[in-house]
Amino acid sequence: MIRVFPFFLEAAWVTIQLAVLSGAMGLACGALGAAARLSRSPALRFAGAAYVSVIRGTPALIQVFILYFGGPQVGIQLDAFEAGVLALGFNIGAYMTETMRGAIISVDRGQTEAARTLGLSRFETFRSVTLPQALRLMIRPLGVNINALIKGTALVAAISVVELTYTAQRYIGSTYKPFEMFLLAGVLYMAIIYVTGLGVNWLDRRAALR
Amino acid sequence: MGLDFTVVPPFAGALLTGALWTIAITVSGAVLSFFGGIVFAVIALYAPLVVRLPFRLFAWLFMGTPLLLQLFLIYFGLIQIGVDLPAFVAGVIGLGLHFAVYNSDIIQAGIRAVDIGQYEGARTLGLSRLQTLRKVVVPQAIRSVVPPIGNNMIALLKDSALVSVIGVAELTLSSQMAISRTFRPFEFYVAAAACYYVINLGLEAGLRRIERRIQIAR
Amino acid sequence: MTDRPIIDIRHAAKSYGTLEVLKDISLQVKKGQIVAIIGPSGSGKSTLLRAINDLDPLTSGEVWLEDAQVNKKLPTRQYEAHINSVRQNIGMVFQHFNLFPHLNVRDNITLAPKMLKGISKAEADQLAVEQLNKVGLLDRIDYYPSQLSGGQKQRVAIARALAMKPKVMLFDEATSALDPELVEEVNLVMKQLAEEHMTMIIVTHEMGFAQDVCDRVLFMDQGVVVEEGPPEVIFKTPANERTKNFLRKHLKGQN
Ligand SMILES: Nc1ncnc2c1ncn2[C@@H]1O[C@H](COP(=O)(O)OP(=O)(O)O)[C@@H](O)[C@H]1O
Ligand SMILES: [Mg+2]
Repeated sequence: MIRVFPFFLEAAWVTIQLAVLSGAMGLACGALGAAARLSRSPALRFAGAAYVSVIRGTPALIQVFILYFGGPQVGIQLDAFEAGVLALGFNIGAYMTETMRGAIISVDRGQTEAARTLGLSRFETFRSVTLPQALRLMIRPLGVNINALIKGTALVAAISVVELTYTAQRYIGSTYKPFEMFLLAGVLYMAIIYVTGLGVNWLDRRAALR
Repeated sequence: MGLDFTVVPPFAGALLTGALWTIAITVSGAVLSFFGGIVFAVIALYAPLVVRLPFRLFAWLFMGTPLLLQLFLIYFGLIQIGVDLPAFVAGVIGLGLHFAVYNSDIIQAGIRAVDIGQYEGARTLGLSRLQTLRKVVVPQAIRSVVPPIGNNMIALLKDSALVSVIGVAELTLSSQMAISRTFRPFEFYVAAAACYYVINLGLEAGLRRIERRIQIAR
Repeated sequence: MTDRPIIDIRHAAKSYGTLEVLKDISLQVKKGQIVAIIGPSGSGKSTLLRAINDLDPLTSGEVWLEDAQVNKKLPTRQYEAHINSVRQNIGMVFQHFNLFPHLNVRDNITLAPKMLKGISKAEADQLAVEQLNKVGLLDRIDYYPSQLSGGQKQRVAIARALAMKPKVMLFDEATSALDPELVEEVNLVMKQLAEEHMTMIIVTHEMGFAQDVCDRVLFMDQGVVVEEGPPEVIFKTPANERTKNFLRKHLKGQN
């Protein structure tokens, strides 16, 4: 156990990088997706809805495979880590789209109406009235998305990214201590999730103070 | 090299078989996760501490770790200690247990949300604890938990792709076998994605019907 | 057989922490008697009523149903079997009905008889028809609780309790949650039961109803029975100051 520990730590670091990078990309995709779904242009609304429906309607593993194995056929050459980050980010972005959209539309209509009667433009109203309130509402549900993403990073083990699950699998299959290896990886996953949870709580409390 | 989707139709039969296995594993896993969720919820709420504590640990581990890791433990790990499960069985157990833990959380909340008056109404008639649970509390809890459990079943369908990694010849692995013959990953993974999408639409439609039925029967 | 009571409460006491909710209450109810319990809210009426079927166990004291002690100290498993069989003989009607929303009226009524008395489905259906006839709701047999008015729900709840053929019926403010125009239909059902000499203990805020229907009235305040007697006496010439105060407030609105 002591002997394999450094390998697990190294792998956990890869998992963290995967989660942070694809999480950031997911937030960007989510913001764009939500904007598209709430826009006045029917074409954008359709594009946003199609993005959400297709990504959420198919397995993330297949999406990773399409990008990593199918990418070269359409001129996209990525190493496994890059493909993993992009596919995971694009995937979680669809879920975040719905989270953000939900938070935005749950801000009371009366708020918008009040701002508009004051003479604020549609954009001004959104930026200074709706969005600040929506941001506060979306922190917790986005935290749930991130939690799912952290566990979701495991599937890039299938394209041989040497992250936690890949490493654990190697030792589950080769040492005669499968449960211990599982526990070791499990504890590291939960530590990552726990720390992320602390961050989400902190953000949520800060937002609530305003 | 460009894309050429005409490579797919010759493998339609193989993909269809894979899709049927995906449906089979999803249905089996969903059934296990549903009833397992009920059992786990009852354990978490009512079992004596000596049962409840180890269960809490198990639930905590299963909710905090990736499904793929759990599949590896069940499939490769159990072999190590002499339990050689067929991949399909290991896959169903992995998917079923994983989602049972999530369903159990939902069902616990559903049971807690059943009004105390419902227990009292049943108990004053002379129904035992177990009878009250079976005939009065659980049926009501089930109603409020069907939509979120339905969402878990949709997630289960998509996560069923992961069992390809332990060698279950479902849709994902079938497309990989076609790819190893044709070297056309893009076309076949897109075809597989399309199949998942269609199965998903079917599942969503089915769940919506169940939800409607339940809403009427109140 | 002597004229022994159906319900015999001996020195009932109950506290929640330091709060004494019931203080040494004794009460005997004979077969066919109808007892009203009145008193300000928080005085312990519900607690006393719910102690009778051990829904809220007493801290000390005994409750007897005929020859059986209801709140007998037994190992958990034996107590369970014991209390379930005792409760089959004690019908209870709640302020908020507590009908089972997932079952239609028929199944609400037949659930317990089917499970506990081992009667056939045909017999159970017959039982449901009988009881619904009694409360005038036969035409609602296939309805779900959500499709009924409050008054109808409460009548079904009464029918459900009656279907177990209880020896005594407990009512805890059965009409308090109802719109005023729905109170009468429930009162009528209870009056009908009175005519059939059903033994009943009725917690109520309706002084008029208590006066019409009951043989005895108990006035409770702060966990004790302050005064008890026939309705003529309690309502017309109460002896205790607290009773007078309470009645002044509560009779004002009525008649
Ligand atoms: N579960 C409980 N925990 C603490 N106090 C309670 C509980 N149930 C009832 N009480 C208290 O007991 C007293 C009597 O309550 P109750 O019997 O419901 O009165 P009534 O039915 O006469 O209005 C009240 O002061 C109430 O707050
Ligand atoms: Mg009360």
